[in-house]
Amino acid sequence: MPEAEARAAALPDERGHFGPYGGRFVAETLMGPLQELEAAWRRFRDDPGFRAELDRDLACYVGRPTPLYPAERWSRRLGGARIYLKREDLTHTGAHKINNTVGQALLARRMGKSRLIAETGAGQHGVATATVAARLGMRCVVYMGAEDMARQAINVYRMRLLGAEVVEVSAGSRTLKDALNEALRDWVTHVDDTFYVLGTVAGPHPYPALVRDLQAVIGREARAQILEAEGRLPDALVACVGGGSNAMGLFHPFLEDEGVALYGVEGGGEGLASGRHAAPLCAGRPGVLHGNRTYLLEDADGQILPTHSISAGLDYPGVGPEHAWLKDTGRARYVAVTDEEALEAFHDLTRTEGILPALESSHALAYAMRLAREYGPEGVILVNLSGRGDKDVHTVAAREGLAL
Amino acid sequence: MSRIGERFQALREAGRTALVPYLTAGDPDPAATVPLMHRLVEAGADLLELGVPFSDPMADGPVIQAACERALAHGVRLRDVLDMVARFRERDAETPVVLMGYLNPVEAMGYAAFAERAAAAGVDGVLTVDLPPEEAGELVAELRPRGLDPVFLAAPTTSEERARGIARQAGGFLYYVSLKGVTGAGHLDLGDAARRVEALRRVVSLPVGVGFGIRNPEAAARVARVADAVVVGSALVERLAREGEEAAVGWLASLRAAVDEADAQAAAGGSP
Repeated sequence: MPEAEARAAALPDERGHFGPYGGRFVAETLMGPLQELEAAWRRFRDDPGFRAELDRDLACYVGRPTPLYPAERWSRRLGGARIYLKREDLTHTGAHKINNTVGQALLARRMGKSRLIAETGAGQHGVATATVAARLGMRCVVYMGAEDMARQAINVYRMRLLGAEVVEVSAGSRTLKDALNEALRDWVTHVDDTFYVLGTVAGPHPYPALVRDLQAVIGREARAQILEAEGRLPDALVACVGGGSNAMGLFHPFLEDEGVALYGVEGGGEGLASGRHAAPLCAGRPGVLHGNRTYLLEDADGQILPTHSISAGLDYPGVGPEHAWLKDTGRARYVAVTDEEALEAFHDLTRTEGILPALESSHALAYAMRLAREYGPEGVILVNLSGRGDKDVHTVAAREGLAL
Repeated sequence: MSRIGERFQALREAGRTALVPYLTAGDPDPAATVPLMHRLVEAGADLLELGVPFSDPMADGPVIQAACERALAHGVRLRDVLDMVARFRERDAETPVVLMGYLNPVEAMGYAAFAERAAAAGVDGVLTVDLPPEEAGELVAELRPRGLDPVFLAAPTTSEERARGIARQAGGFLYYVSLKGVTGAGHLDLGDAARRVEALRRVVSLPVGVGFGIRNPEAAARVARVADAVVVGSALVERLAREGEEAAVGWLASLRAAVDEADAQAAAGGSP
């Protein structure tokens, strides 16, 4: 293994840094609780009892391993590389988010916490948190931007059915970043009994590492499955990037496989030139938000800008710090796909394979369509189908002028 | 010695507790800030904390979030706040001013440029809420040589070991956040705050200010008995927003009177 990549795989350092990114930029009140969380994760992640319980839950409750599906008809139609889909849409609750919440909830219980809080954008992480809270009999509060609540009404109701309290956040841009602010405020007020289940590979250390470790099950399975199916590693991995948890979960076990290209696809909204997008890695610059240093969409004075993406799960002005580092080192490439292109891919996959992808995942699919032609028929491309699209049916219909 | 150090020394010699009001720069509008700063000094403020508006004030409750949104709507940015301090200095060379805000606007300006401009404007201290000492080395290295005090927070969750680390980096005074929560939340537990401040004094030689949750003259007076400075933010900003400048200034004067009385009782050896 090349030395540089061995180093990349060993990050973050003990202060939670990925090169210049990451770290722990929070008010003093949260420093103690974050150190406590880090110590607990170090202790339990390799603990045989904890691992066994987590593995059992992933198998019996989440439904792992998820299949690696060869999308043969779609591949033929695109006339290029063989495309495989990692079917995270087939997990319990319908998205990869549950891999993380199952693990964090077990950790919370071992730490003696009785109350779970979470932020959510598309609602998938909120649903996944409410789900594990219901199962473990824990109280659950989910913070969600007012705008996201309107466009993801079904997920809001799902969370309430599961017994969670959903709190509408009307501050700022009324989306995911504001929900995250509010969750941090809740945590700082209730640190004694509350565990903050952060949904992505961002936030203060140890969250980027903790969430990545829990999501890396995606990449570990996919690596073994593609070796089984093709007898070799893929040429490229493709995943959408909002905060970046499904992408990091897929990429991480492949970081040392030099021959595998990594593509992270950001929400290009109405196009990067329009300024209405959610693509900090493509069009932002480094700064500090939500506890970590990373690429951000901000103005010249360091104020965070509103973002736009048709997909609520990508509508975030920051990104996990490890992605920032992979961008700078050149190990992964980050690109953007517009709302329009994502919608085309959504329809294309639905009609060709009978699989309704989430709008987030549709961004990865759209970019895979382009790559398929580049790589040609000898190529093998593995796409993370991070979630199912049922939650987006209303958004797609509205876009096409239909009221359901 | 810095202006903050001199001010605390003079107060200590006089047996007085500092009163430190916070206001968000540019709230309710940019023209109001500098005159209001002067009026707060006249009403008895010993130091001023001037909030730098930020789009995502994660450690602030609804009152200061709203103040930030009002200021940002008027286009108030970090450079405008520095201009306000420079204008304040035209008439007041004595009262220390501490900027309180979040790291990203400072990152965007650049640490060296920020320190240079802040010192030139007459700023005395910088409290960056989301910059704990572990990450603060680079900024502190730019602030100190220019005579700017890096002010840090301590909290109920701060261990003695962490307090020692904070003490190594901190300048001016230490700001003890007297409750678990965001600015403006609930009411503080004075007994607990007193014990914590006492513990902090064993590891920190700087003056200790106490803030978060002080909502009336009685609470200010009780805090004055244990702290070197009483910091009030949300309660003042809320009054300013709801009742206007007269009421806000008058309220601060009532806190001044309560704190002075507590100081006088302490000097006379009186019990609370």
